[in-house]
Amino acid sequence: MTEFTLPVWIALPAGLLLICGGLLALIGSCGLLRMRSFYARMHPVTMGTTLGMGCILVSSILVTSVLLRRPAIHELVITIFIVITSPVSAITLMRAAITRTGKDGEKRTD
Amino acid sequence: MNTFFQLSAIFAAGCCVTAMMFALIRLFIGPSAQDRVLAVDSFYINGVLVLLILGVRSGSTFYFDLALLMALFGFIGTTALGKFLLRGEVIEP
Repeated sequence: MTEFTLPVWIALPAGLLLICGGLLALIGSCGLLRMRSFYARMHPVTMGTTLGMGCILVSSILVTSVLLRRPAIHELVITIFIVITSPVSAITLMRAAITRTGKDGEKRTD
Repeated sequence: MNTFFQLSAIFAAGCCVTAMMFALIRLFIGPSAQDRVLAVDSFYINGVLVLLILGVRSGSTFYFDLALLMALFGFIGTTALGKFLLRGEVIEP
């Protein structure tokens, strides 16, 4: 599939960062599936969106910089975008949940 | 060492696809509407991760634009759905 060959000192940390990012995303979605209430389910998803995304983007920056033979920082755009927009959607969802169910999560209006 | 990199990329893509499956299960069994919106949020984030991993593995930069567009429209969709759950309408007069 691929024709490029990476040097060892860039393939090892890039591979380890990819494994860490994939495992973090998997653990975050497993928490999304296993947690009991909605307020508990808000928490593990953020691990995948911040740390997992960060690990994979650092790996992408390393590999692309080696392949292009110059510092490739255009992946930082998507990092900054996710870092800005993830709390906004989390705040909107949390306010919607509080409005719909109440702070204790017991009484449900839907 | 290049084999290790390819295998780690395949492993990470498999992890992210499994995470997408978990989010899809939560989307179907979610008891309330905000659970489903949260599942959609996690689903598109994991889709962005899969696209980035494919871009790293194949060494091309075209996947990056797709990932950026996916993140942009996913954020718009999540915010619109959350605003709809919050107020009952998306664009307030």
